[in-house]
Amino acid sequence: MVHGEAWTIKELFVYPNEYIYWSIQIVMYPFMTGLVAGAFVLSSLYHVFGVKQLKEIARFSLVFSLALLPVAMMPLLLHLQQPQRGIYVMMTPHFTSAIAAFGIVFTTYGLIVISEIWFVYRRFIVETVLELRAKQNRCNVESVRLVLYSLLAMGAMDLSPEALHKDERAVGILAGIGIPVACFLHGYAGFIFGSVKANALWMTPLMPVIFICSAVVSGVALCIVTYIVTMEIRKLVSAWKRKNNPRLLSSDELRSAEIQTVTLTSKYLLMFMVLAITLELLDLIFRNYTAVKSWDILRSVIYEKDFFKIFVLQYGFGNVLPFIIFLLPGLTIRRALVGALLVLMGVFMMRWNVVIGGQAFSASFSGFMEYRLPIWPNSLETLKEGLFGALAVIITPFVLFFLVTRVLPVFGVEDTH
Amino acid sequence: MMNRREFCKTTMIVAGGLVIPLAALEVFNPKRLLAEKSGDDKGNVRWVFLVDIHKCVGCGFCVNACKVENEVPYDANVTRTWVERYVVTKDGQTSIDSPKGARDGFTTQKIDQGHLGDKEIDPASIAKAFFVPKLCNQCDNPACVQVCPVGATYQTGDGIVLVDRSWCIGCGYCVMGCPYGVRFFHPVYHVAEKCNFCYHRITKGMKPACVDACPFGARKIGNIRDPEDPVTRIITSEQVNVLKEEFGTKPQVFYLGLSREVK
Repeated sequence: MVHGEAWTIKELFVYPNEYIYWSIQIVMYPFMTGLVAGAFVLSSLYHVFGVKQLKEIARFSLVFSLALLPVAMMPLLLHLQQPQRGIYVMMTPHFTSAIAAFGIVFTTYGLIVISEIWFVYRRFIVETVLELRAKQNRCNVESVRLVLYSLLAMGAMDLSPEALHKDERAVGILAGIGIPVACFLHGYAGFIFGSVKANALWMTPLMPVIFICSAVVSGVALCIVTYIVTMEIRKLVSAWKRKNNPRLLSSDELRSAEIQTVTLTSKYLLMFMVLAITLELLDLIFRNYTAVKSWDILRSVIYEKDFFKIFVLQYGFGNVLPFIIFLLPGLTIRRALVGALLVLMGVFMMRWNVVIGGQAFSASFSGFMEYRLPIWPNSLETLKEGLFGALAVIITPFVLFFLVTRVLPVFGVEDTH
Repeated sequence: MMNRREFCKTTMIVAGGLVIPLAALEVFNPKRLLAEKSGDDKGNVRWVFLVDIHKCVGCGFCVNACKVENEVPYDANVTRTWVERYVVTKDGQTSIDSPKGARDGFTTQKIDQGHLGDKEIDPASIAKAFFVPKLCNQCDNPACVQVCPVGATYQTGDGIVLVDRSWCIGCGYCVMGCPYGVRFFHPVYHVAEKCNFCYHRITKGMKPACVDACPFGARKIGNIRDPEDPVTRIITSEQVNVLKEEFGTKPQVFYLGLSREVK
């Protein structure tokens, strides 16, 4: 079977070689990089602009963006027909291609995130090393931890106030450089689509900007969701621990801290959401008004074929509804959680409508293609580029986050600030 | 005062330090990296193609010959070249189809509409009908070459766009970038695949398989840099047209009798 044939349904006249070649994994790619960039921007609000109330969620979202980092690459590898050659993009980059810079942008960004985390956690790492060294009888686990943390410390054991102050400055600088790089990482994903002149839906200079705004929206929303979930778990744990140790924070105290952080974060979420929607609507209105050659087929895709996906799921449930949820007075944790989840769904649908919607019509403008997501895999192709492949991409960052936080805990740690 | 050991050490560091940026110059030499027009741009050969729509009857011999010659699996629903049928009715409606790329020709008068099934058209209502063979346009400004992230697709000095099967990563960006839909993934090699005017034949003085297979002379190949070439003469002296000029790709497949309905 030809690649793409398994999930493409053709209607009217479509060129014989046309299929939906960019499927679910290419929907996942901008979605995941968007989450990375958004999470990083959120953490930078604290480190660069000194939004003190975001302290708690800042470290959290920084570590989360680290966990998301390898996952931004995963959908691309799952999508490639020759994944073992993926490294060629780094080895022989052909710089007229928008994809060629991926390796460079991605590596730069990865290095910034990793070094920023190192500076944020240096104090914790060194303190852990000293504490473990001081112990007389170390069990096996503790010995392994000592080796691990000693390696992480990389010999920089100085904890004097001057050294800590230097750490702090390094974090500020890295977060400052990180914002444009994170925006570039994602705006660049938008450029990959926006520069395809053969595709009437994708080709717009607004695409990178739209992608950046929706990236921040999705990243912030995901941080809210994960933050709420981890806080709920912490509450349960602290309630259980308080039975033995009443000096610990009560779950009420935790809750008030939680709602404060969530309320403030949701304000930033709304701000970027307004920006994203404005740009998306501008694009739509502009296409409608100018009505160039491609508009006839685009209109039937946007207003007929994909109406439910665009206007109901993306704009209705993904934008308008969470807007109301967040703006109504007296925000509760549960409402914030529902709102943030809806926003995530909305951004996902936006990626879907761009990537799949862009292939919903033939380049002949005389026919349509419908995408049927492979659910139950019957070949490697439908496994990689089907529901299970997509789920693997969604689950991986949470597994990684769990593993990373075993080494670098996000709560109850004194960072260099 | 520097001792010998220190001198050697410093020298090695300086030499090493100098080599790294020089190596980078080599790696990032844009001329070596660009896949476009790698050969001699000013050579005396530039392949072009001429399709005479008036002569095509839609027999599909060309598609058949191409599949066999270029080892594109016969039953796979992809093809390097194909023939489209256009039926324009008196009310101005255009119906288009190309069942299996017209590998077996057009065996029925019904129009294939994909999953909507076949459409019957009353012969009395037909204003005009014609066939349009399609193949790679070997563009002078190929979008597919521009977007390849690893330079696996490149243009030769004589204008043909080729794919390096050992280097293509299969990202599909070129497939997306081509406005003519000529590219696809090879079902066996799982890399980008396209028409190359039968490069293995034309460089040995033969004609492409589709040109040889066409019983009506609807397909012709020529060298636009040779003013005596009959194809060049037609292109320069007659009313020819190209497909989708608005994309700025500068296509090099010329059509005689191209109607405005053609997509």
